Amino acid sequence: MDINDLRVVVTVVSLLTFLGIVWWAYGVKSNKKRFEEAAMLPFLDEEADWAELGLDRNGKRKAS
Amino acid sequence: MSETQSTYNYKVVRQFAVMTVIWGIVGMLVGVIIAAQLVWPDLNLGFLHFGRLRPLHTNAVIFAFGGSALFATSYYVVQRTCHTRIFSDGLAAFTFWGWQAVIVLAAITLPLGMTQGKEYAELEWPIDILIAVVWVSYAVVFFGTIAKRKVTHIYVANWFYGGFILAVALLHIVNSAAIPVSLTKSYSAYAGVQDAMVQWWYGHNAVGFFLTAGFLGMMYYFVPKQAGRPVYSYRLSVVHFWALIFTYMWAGPHHLHYTALPDWTQSVGMVFSLILLAPSWGGMINGVMTLSGAWHKLRDDPILKFLITSLSFYGMSTFEGPMMAIKTVNALSHYTDWTVGHVHSGALGWVAMISIGSMYYLLPRLYGKPEMFSVKLITVHFWVATIGVVLYIASMWIAGVMQGLMWRAVNADGTLTYSFVESVKASYPFWAIRFVGGVLFLSGMLIMAYNMVKTMAGGRTVDDALVLQPAAQHA
Repeated sequence: MDINDLRVVVTVVSLLTFLGIVWWAYGVKSNKKRFEEAAMLPFLDEEADWAELGLDRNGKRKAS
Repeated sequence: MSETQSTYNYKVVRQFAVMTVIWGIVGMLVGVIIAAQLVWPDLNLGFLHFGRLRPLHTNAVIFAFGGSALFATSYYVVQRTCHTRIFSDGLAAFTFWGWQAVIVLAAITLPLGMTQGKEYAELEWPIDILIAVVWVSYAVVFFGTIAKRKVTHIYVANWFYGGFILAVALLHIVNSAAIPVSLTKSYSAYAGVQDAMVQWWYGHNAVGFFLTAGFLGMMYYFVPKQAGRPVYSYRLSVVHFWALIFTYMWAGPHHLHYTALPDWTQSVGMVFSLILLAPSWGGMINGVMTLSGAWHKLRDDPILKFLITSLSFYGMSTFEGPMMAIKTVNALSHYTDWTVGHVHSGALGWVAMISIGSMYYLLPRLYGKPEMFSVKLITVHFWVATIGVVLYIASMWIAGVMQGLMWRAVNADGTLTYSFVESVKASYPFWAIRFVGGVLFLSGMLIMAYNMVKTMAGGRTVDDALVLQPAAQHA
């Protein structure tokens, strides 16, 4: 087997893998929920946000 | 229940965040000095001439300023989105001190002329080994944190940070392979055109993974947080990530158009560079559209101004890049100041601005303040920086196109119309404008440093941000 055959195979497999990922992201309906969950990850720990900003839960400055 | 008593490690984030601002000032100051040396050649004093200081500038802004910003934000984001304390405080501290040691060693060796002569990979072999050790530790800390996450999903920002860390390890180790002949001198393990190709496979992917993927990680966390709404399309972010991974690796040959590199390799590099336009713009649109329905926030939030403007520059330079990779365009642009303008549209407009925006988000939170000492000064910084970038890139465009046209102009009898030095002479006014643009951008960083010090004063070092089990989902 010529090394160029290997190169062709790798290129084609890479393209198919990428198209598979696009299908997985946009074509698989059941993935919609998991993406929505993941998109909310930065907003799930607002307690830590308050602590960082020196505020209590009502957005008031802590009397420290 | 004991898990809820755990806190996030903000110490290492704080250290890297403060050093981001300091190294930003140092690196940009060296940039302003070498810009001045081009306008006033008498400023090339002794061994501190342009040739020695230029690699110091690039290393300082990319690896010291950009690197510190990436360490700071990735350590913050990975902890917060994985709901867990960082993996190994000791190893994280080692990455901080190790990285600072690399920077100091670079600042000593580069002006002394110790160099491997590879652009963006100048540092000699002992420093390269230290970089590799620090980088592997960084990977262990980052992926260790992901491994002990308390949530099911790995947030997209962490995919970008993770891709950046793995790719940079691979690039650095392969391109830095060298045969040492003494402590301060080594020769590349590759020869001839292979050496050139390995170098620009490294060089362009340093742009693609260090200066793009890592900072896209920043975008995917700080833009949604500052805008107060989730990213526009999470599905698009998944495709964005994998499209970048699959295409960036092949774009390097566009740095070697019309050289001894085989012609087909140049064409492959050109085609993949053109394809890159699609994922780059997909990512930019995803970031900008996150603000959809909340555009009014842009009016009076200077942090959002920084973040969104950085995305505009990202879009501009990722349009310009593929165009410059077209061989016929490259025939005009290559070796001119157009390239320098393109790089700075990306480096100042995109990389620096998204880092600055992210630091303005982080700094008050690391010192327990509701906001920066002066929000007004952030606005001032934004406008000073924006005007600086525009002056810089506009002057370099004009100078670059002019140089390209002058070099290729021929008389009717086939002789060159202009000598090289005539193009140098014609460039002076534009180099002066570039100097002014650089001074403005540096002034913005000094304003930021003042604002940072004032914010730190009387602040408390936050180490009580509790790690909480996420409300919506449990692992």
